[in-house]
Amino acid sequence: MATIYIDDKPYEVPTGKNLLEACLTLGKDLPYFCWHPAMGSIGACRQCAVKVYKDENDTKGKLFMSCMEQVRDGMRISIADMEAKEFRAHVIGWLMTNHPHDCAVCDEGGSCHLQDMTVMTGHNYRAFRFDKRTYINQYLGPFINHEMNRCIQCYRCVRYYKDYAGGKDLDVFAAHNHLYFGRHQDGVLESEFSGNLVEVCPTGVFTDKTLKQHYTRKWDLTMAPSVCHHCSLGCNITAGERYGSLRNITNRYNGEVNGYFLCDRGRFGYEHVNHVGRIRKPLVRAKLPEATDKLTALQAAAAAFRTGSVIGIGSPRASLESNFMLKTLVGEDNFYQGISDTEHDLVCLALKILNEGAARTPSLREVEQADAVFILGEDLINTAPMLALAVRQSVRKQPALEHISKANIPVWQDAAVRELMQDEMGPLFIATIHDTKLDEIATHTYHDSPDAIARLGFAVANFIHADFPEVKGLNEDEIQLARQIADSLMAAKKPLVISGTHCGSERVLMATANITNALAAKEKEAGIVLTLPECNSMGLAMLGGHKLESAFEAILNNYADTVIILENDLYRRANAGMVTNFLKTAKNVLVLDHLHNATTEEADILLAAGTFAEADGTLINNEGRAQRFFQVYPTSEDLQESWRWLGELGTLLAHDRISHWHGFDDILQAMVKEMPEFKGIDAVAPGTDFRIAGQKIPRAPHRFSGRTAMLANINVNEPKPPVDPDAPLSYTMEGYRGQPPSSIIPFFWAPGWNSSQATNKYQQEVGGHLKGGDPGLRLIKPDTSHTAPYTQTVPQKFQPLEGHLYMLPLHHIFGSEELSMHSPPIVERAPEPYVLLNEEDAIQMKLQKGQSLSFTIEGQVYQLPVKISPIIRSGTAGMPAGLPGIPYAELPAWATLNRELKWKQQPQTTY
Amino acid sequence: MFSLLRSMWLTFLHAFHKRETIQYPEQKAILPTRWRGRIVLSRDPDGGERCVACNLCAAACPVDCIALQATEDPTGRRYPEFFRINFSRCIFCGFCEDACPTYAIQLIPDFEMGEYNRQNLVYEKKDLLINGQGKYHGYNYYKVAGLAIGGKGKGEAENEAPPVDIKSLLP
Repeated sequence: MATIYIDDKPYEVPTGKNLLEACLTLGKDLPYFCWHPAMGSIGACRQCAVKVYKDENDTKGKLFMSCMEQVRDGMRISIADMEAKEFRAHVIGWLMTNHPHDCAVCDEGGSCHLQDMTVMTGHNYRAFRFDKRTYINQYLGPFINHEMNRCIQCYRCVRYYKDYAGGKDLDVFAAHNHLYFGRHQDGVLESEFSGNLVEVCPTGVFTDKTLKQHYTRKWDLTMAPSVCHHCSLGCNITAGERYGSLRNITNRYNGEVNGYFLCDRGRFGYEHVNHVGRIRKPLVRAKLPEATDKLTALQAAAAAFRTGSVIGIGSPRASLESNFMLKTLVGEDNFYQGISDTEHDLVCLALKILNEGAARTPSLREVEQADAVFILGEDLINTAPMLALAVRQSVRKQPALEHISKANIPVWQDAAVRELMQDEMGPLFIATIHDTKLDEIATHTYHDSPDAIARLGFAVANFIHADFPEVKGLNEDEIQLARQIADSLMAAKKPLVISGTHCGSERVLMATANITNALAAKEKEAGIVLTLPECNSMGLAMLGGHKLESAFEAILNNYADTVIILENDLYRRANAGMVTNFLKTAKNVLVLDHLHNATTEEADILLAAGTFAEADGTLINNEGRAQRFFQVYPTSEDLQESWRWLGELGTLLAHDRISHWHGFDDILQAMVKEMPEFKGIDAVAPGTDFRIAGQKIPRAPHRFSGRTAMLANINVNEPKPPVDPDAPLSYTMEGYRGQPPSSIIPFFWAPGWNSSQATNKYQQEVGGHLKGGDPGLRLIKPDTSHTAPYTQTVPQKFQPLEGHLYMLPLHHIFGSEELSMHSPPIVERAPEPYVLLNEEDAIQMKLQKGQSLSFTIEGQVYQLPVKISPIIRSGTAGMPAGLPGIPYAELPAWATLNRELKWKQQPQTTY
Repeated sequence: MFSLLRSMWLTFLHAFHKRETIQYPEQKAILPTRWRGRIVLSRDPDGGERCVACNLCAAACPVDCIALQATEDPTGRRYPEFFRINFSRCIFCGFCEDACPTYAIQLIPDFEMGEYNRQNLVYEKKDLLINGQGKYHGYNYYKVAGLAIGGKGKGEAENEAPPVDIKSLLP
């Protein structure tokens, strides 16, 4: 700690930081543009000038850019000094000379850093009398809108896009006062993290195109803290609503999880909430929709429940509470996890490895600190995008930490650090079935079948620790690579091994466990990250339940005749024929879901479930972190959370436990009581009765407008404000105005800071953890006593099969996830169906790019256009996983080629 | 006694003063143009809607009686999809007019808005939009804004240089 004097008042600040960070951490209002806590300082905008004095006798002082000046003990500075103030006002005056008169039609208005800083410096009159500079805008794809006139040349966009996120197609062009930030030509921004430009840009050059379709100012949004439902990482988001539809998703800072950024699937995949295919009221097949209301639907459900023997099918995309409620309602023996059997085995194995392995799962922030990374079988950009971004940072930071200590440059000196490092990268090894976008920063890549990847992993474990099983029959290159990986992991302080369920191989997971156990046996502080298929896969696995196939058997063998399906499209979980057979055989099919799909078509009773924006709940992410998401806006009683439907059904049936639960908190408490693994989950967020100064936390900002007019077209008498029975948040602007606890921050705002930069005011230290600790509770504790090999069985080499292809799942950030594919901009970015073949296999089969290949997987016939790759292993092939339009197949699986059967007429689905 | 008589005398004198009372409604009062009465949405000199749906009026409104939704025409010109003022709540403070960056929303000297049914005091855009510029003539927001809309490309607004040729190396 150092003592600095700001305007003659002493303050204790941590050393090693720059003055700007120190001032902001102390809560001072100091304007800035080019500096960003995640990207460091370059001193480009000259906006954060302060006076620095030599000693207490120095009255003149010197102007310094506070972001470029390191904190020194006994330093004397002045923010309020007249000269410094004038300087800052002048700088903004210059920046504004060409800024258009656009605020009224600018999407950034009301959450604009430039607006805030202009007001803060007091610049309010344009003295420049000459013409304003203009630019032609570019088309940047379905996510981002470009309005180059508004640019203030702070360089944040290219520093983020190129340096931080590794994008290649956004850059700065032209010279002097004609700088242009954009692509070399019109076109879709390639990066999967392009959405962050919206928040990185301090003004309105890059804005959210999806928000533009239904534009609402930040002050008019009803916002709630939420958790992204589009992958297993559980990034924190803020969801905003207006007039009953979800308007946008913005980043909600969580120092441990997502930090300042989100991926594009998380940011732009929300439109499924506003989709026309939404189920908005309950339906009973035997009744007219008009004659069905909440009570009749519940009574029909109760009648079906009473007469039949019931099984329940849960879902990895439903909240923990909904799954728990279903499990309680149907009984533990009748609860089935609604995931394919392969996925079931993989997720259970992953949970077992995390519970029993010696390695701990680091949070995304900790991943950024890792100094050697080995990825097995995961195409992270497509399966866990933010993890890929974190890995990118770890590779960038690793050599920096080494050099910086020698060169005596502070870490935040971004330009100097980059100059020093040049292209040097930390050790990253990637073993995947096909090439990934991270390959370009990898020290070494290895592309082969899952079994070969697992064998490489086992070999690495063996090289780390000789007690671990040896792999026979590796070639020279593989041995060398395995040794290199083992050496890098051993040389690192915080080695990290990443794997997951997405290549569909248990052996890869076991190899990963072996490596981390071997590292632990060598007393290394190893980290393990296992990515999972869906947002609550971990929660569902912890909750337990039988396999989906046994649910099918239960119905087909008449053990049960009624089935409740919770937020799950079974046609994405099992073979279509099997599912149809199952649903037809079941006497009563009760479905709770929010979107019409193939499963809801077969429902006898359909209950309208709330999406993440219309429901409260808890998700458990891949590191075992339980995180609470809150309902954003009230709905009619016809549309409610799944757990509430099931709870009401339970009450109607006089269920001995459920009928005693009143509200959300009771469910959480019952869960904690019944399942010790969920201990503490009721404290993830403050309970329903939490109040500050007797008040709830408002979801709407205090400037929220139109309260007495927004519903006046229906009835001029305003309705009573809706009450939230499940959360300490109110749906209106009334309530406590200060900072709420970190887990229930509906939006970041501070006086004078309307943009997302207000996050500074909520952090213990700028760029650090939120005040009161980052939200979320980790439920999984590693068992450090386990250092023995996880398994001794090493898989055999992959053997191609004549006339067959080993079909592997290929994941796509835009396309593989169910809900986001209801978002038009995401659909625009999704690939067309294809099958990926090895180059040599294609030659052998006389196939060229674009020609169709016909094959059968478990009776399901596919005919897909061919893509050819030299990378994918001969004898294997890849098919997009979860892409709408391709019937489900449990991958990986052997596909039988249908070439000889071409003449035969058979039911085929063509695309 | 004297003060009593004096008061009566002064009151009596008022009988010969000029009448201040107007025989409303037969006779209409002449109101100043800056009178804060009924709210209208005006059009720019080209006949386009002036309102760009920036939401500033709604934010300024102390009784929150303005609600609107922005939308865009295919050329990027922004306008309100709906614009609703609940006059049963309006206090005619004129903050909306002060806040408006485009002179779209204006309070005009008309106060005859009485209704028997309160619901009729909810005015939609069709009730608010007039076919004229209202009090402020000649202002066209899009002529000074940097945004390109139909009929006005980049660099064609007032005080704007033509678009930068980013390939040029000239100073």
